[in-house]
Amino acid sequence: MKKTWKAIMSFALIAAMIFGLSACGGKKTDDGAAAEGEAGKVLNIWCWNDEFQTRFNDYYPEVKEVAEDGSTTTLNDGTVVNWIIEPNADNNYQNKLDEALLNQESADADSKVDMFLVEADYARKYTNSESTMNIADLPGVLDATSDQYEYTKEVVSDAEGNVKGVSWQACPGLIAYRRSIAKEVLGSDDPETVQAALADWDKFAETAQKMKDAGYFMLSGYDDTFRPFYNNDAAPFVEDGKTLNIDKNIMDWVAMTKDYTDKGFNNKTSLWSDDWNADQGKDSKVFCIPACTWEIDFTLTGNADPDGTKDPAQSAWGDYAVCLGPVNWCWGGTWLTAAAGTDNADLIADIMIKMTTDKDILNKIATEKGDFVNSKSVISDLAANYEGNDFLGGQNHYALLSDAAAGLSLKIASPYDQGVIEKMQAAMKDYFDGNADLDTAKANFETSIKEIYPEIETVNWPE
Amino acid sequence: MSKKKISAEREVSYAKWGYIFIAPFFIAFLIFQFVPLAQTIYYSFFEYYRSGLTVIGPNPVGLDNYKALLESDFLKYAGNTVILWLAGFIPQIIISLLLAAWFTDVRLRIKGKQFFKVVIYMPNLIMASAFAMLFFALFSNNGPVNATLVSLGILEHPFRFLSSVAGTRGLVAMMNFLMWFGNTTILLMAAVMGINPALFEAAELDGCSPRQTFFRITLPMIRPILVYVLITSMIGGLQMFDVPQILTNGKGSPDRTVTTLIMFLNNHLYSKNYGMAGAVSVVLFIICAILCLLVYFNLNPTESDRKIKKRDKLKPRKEALNG
Amino acid sequence: MDKKPSHARTVIAYIVLIILTFLCLFFFYILLINCTRSHQQIQHGFSFLPGSSFVKNFNNVIHDAKLPVLSGIKNSLIVSACCAALATYFSTLTAYGLYAYNFKLKKPAFIFIMLILVMPTQVSAMGFINVITKMGMINTLYPLILPSVAAPAVFYFMYSYMQSSLPLELIEAARIDGCNEFKTFNRIVLPIMKPAIAVQAIFAFVQNWNNYFIPALVLQENSKRTLPILIAMLRSADFLKFDMGKVYMLITIAIVPIIIVYIALSRYIVAGVALGGVKE
Repeated sequence: MKKTWKAIMSFALIAAMIFGLSACGGKKTDDGAAAEGEAGKVLNIWCWNDEFQTRFNDYYPEVKEVAEDGSTTTLNDGTVVNWIIEPNADNNYQNKLDEALLNQESADADSKVDMFLVEADYARKYTNSESTMNIADLPGVLDATSDQYEYTKEVVSDAEGNVKGVSWQACPGLIAYRRSIAKEVLGSDDPETVQAALADWDKFAETAQKMKDAGYFMLSGYDDTFRPFYNNDAAPFVEDGKTLNIDKNIMDWVAMTKDYTDKGFNNKTSLWSDDWNADQGKDSKVFCIPACTWEIDFTLTGNADPDGTKDPAQSAWGDYAVCLGPVNWCWGGTWLTAAAGTDNADLIADIMIKMTTDKDILNKIATEKGDFVNSKSVISDLAANYEGNDFLGGQNHYALLSDAAAGLSLKIASPYDQGVIEKMQAAMKDYFDGNADLDTAKANFETSIKEIYPEIETVNWPE
Repeated sequence: MSKKKISAEREVSYAKWGYIFIAPFFIAFLIFQFVPLAQTIYYSFFEYYRSGLTVIGPNPVGLDNYKALLESDFLKYAGNTVILWLAGFIPQIIISLLLAAWFTDVRLRIKGKQFFKVVIYMPNLIMASAFAMLFFALFSNNGPVNATLVSLGILEHPFRFLSSVAGTRGLVAMMNFLMWFGNTTILLMAAVMGINPALFEAAELDGCSPRQTFFRITLPMIRPILVYVLITSMIGGLQMFDVPQILTNGKGSPDRTVTTLIMFLNNHLYSKNYGMAGAVSVVLFIICAILCLLVYFNLNPTESDRKIKKRDKLKPRKEALNG
Repeated sequence: MDKKPSHARTVIAYIVLIILTFLCLFFFYILLINCTRSHQQIQHGFSFLPGSSFVKNFNNVIHDAKLPVLSGIKNSLIVSACCAALATYFSTLTAYGLYAYNFKLKKPAFIFIMLILVMPTQVSAMGFINVITKMGMINTLYPLILPSVAAPAVFYFMYSYMQSSLPLELIEAARIDGCNEFKTFNRIVLPIMKPAIAVQAIFAFVQNWNNYFIPALVLQENSKRTLPILIAMLRSADFLKFDMGKVYMLITIAIVPIIIVYIALSRYIVAGVALGGVKE
């Protein structure tokens, strides 16, 4: 007994000593990094995962070498790109980024934020602030973006219409459906026939009734149709900084989803839940899922074919096809922004131009990484030459999306989207589930919005 | 009375050691915790939050935050919190007392006792977020729990656990129970093991039944630790956060019935609203403090009782020393 | 007379223990099962049978250059071990100071610590970060370790334990034997407190091992990060790399060291350490 006790105490002591040593070691590397910084420039890029980092390391022409642990990338001119990757969980990325941006002025040159990445739902929080640079002030960037889809610029514009970020990808939405169920219920799995059956929300409901009669669900859950409705809102959620206006579209989504739920047109799942994922598998009874381009690779393929067999007999591989559905919409995406106060504006401009407008690079990203890249001409080339996607039963979805993407608009982006969308879906779920009536759900929504956005004084509902 | 005086005189020379021994605690507290805690209270009287990247305030607003708090659904969340806590705590304390009694009862021969003792704490080793991932998988609509219940004929359709008030609250309580009953058992076991074994031997010789031994000897002897368990789990319960937060994805749904007080507080931290969050903290602090002091001074042998008892025992030695 | 009732008790005890053991181990079982399955299999639903992706998941975790698992384990070990040592030693010291001595501020000090114990700390996290940034401790392990010296919950446990298990006579006796106060504490009090210290050491270790929120705010460099942050990073990986198999594998890897530490320390709980000191 005594021995173990001693062993434990000495273990603790040893641990304390290691700590002492490694803490000193830590200090040393700090100094080392600072010394390196004096030799060349340091470019700090903030992001929440390594999506952009991988593309940068693979395709940016000036890359000389990548550190073994991936934490830095050295460029040909000696500049060190320092990747600051903060996980998203618990809003950690935005929390730390905000602190860094608010302390930007007092930070020394090599620890300033130079570039940071944002997502569509909260992009305006940053582009409406003084913390991001107008791309017109970055040499050559604005001119280079003429081939990009308009909506990708609208998302990152400020109130005056200045574009403050760029993206290498676009994320048009579509409706993915099961070919086998379409054949059985609609008589054909041809995308045009199916599109005709889903051409507007009335036809969509008729088809849903047919699916129900045949023993299928039209949709998996509540949130699937949120984005198609929300994208077509007439105005941003918040315009004056204190009034939240709920668009009629949102209430249409609520009414439709409640109706579908009561009639049994959906399987009552929530986005990203295990049941939602399972609803995209071979044995599922769900006919269609509104999805956007990245979802095909990200979720649909894996969920349809969990064992990676690529065998139509064992999975839903090849049993999916896509059509545009009732409305045009989009979802997600990642934007690059230049932080105000950076001392590396020229380098940032070059990175933005190469990574988001260079056709050769974008073509490579599209063919090698599968991104729907942000270039009308690259996509229309692909649309003309693409041989068809095996997973989609040989369909050329680029051809379908090329026009749709050009028609997209997201002028309604606001700094409040992330919170409003999240709270709206959460509050209305209670209504759909029958745990609250509509008024209670609305009241709960108002409560949660005022908790997270204290500046919102009133919430206006349509009618 | 006179006894007290004498002993007080004797202990004077040792007083400085008391200060020396408690000094590190207070120094560490002052360095790391004092300023943030003081700020929490201070900012509760200010309007102080962020709108996007713009910092609003701090502007002094007096008691406005507290008024807003009174007008909010604070009581509803307090109710939720108490329900969630009791639903987990009551089974937890019963099972823990039972296990502690069994594990420390020399007459009860259970094979593999050691094994059981080790196993009960294991769920606490899993991170709450990982635990929740497993719960999601187990209790999803198509998950194994529903599949089993349906195939046994107990349910006709899968039960949507996380869409029902009772289901969600039940899962939160169950997860809290699983994560913490081992912890409580270990604390109680440590307390029972601290009892002088001679007492148990004497009880056995006197023919006490296990039940009698438990209620007459074990429970009274471990009372300080029992009070400790009660107070800490009351604080832990009133400040319950991670399990309901993760299980409901931070929503506290359905219909905000699983929103606990700290989840309510946490919502205000989204916009770094230190004014409102500070006010919630202060109110919660006052409630906790009152409850804890009530429990502590009602259930614990009072300081002076104990001292006098001990001193009675010490008397002969002290006299010898003085003489 | 003695045998029959205890027989029934034994049966009941077995049933309850077996149910609880099943519940406790079941979660480890599915954790292990999930780390042998591929991302898509996990997303697709639940299984009681292992998959065939164990080696693949393991290699994915170990060979991910951006995921410093070994330094993560080292950092987590350092933080947790130091916290456990500091929290138990200084809490026992503080508890002893308040238990064994009489001084003017004794009662206020006790009540003050109890008040700290009940104060919700969520809000003060940002203030804490500001304080340690000013002290130049940001992005080091110190701010995760040093505050453990002031651990009110551990203090309160030690104090309660002393109330039930540390007779003041013993201290008097030590004084008579000529021990000075520190010696008395280290030689006499600490050994008596062993079971309590072992218990609180385990709790402190586990709590710090699984802590995410504060370490995520404090640590910036990959090489200094602790395991929970690495797990969170895997979970926010971009969609082409998002891999639940890898996440479960890392969770499993993160649990192994803590199980070892727990089993090593649990001897004190299991064996029923008889108190050396107390004999009347």
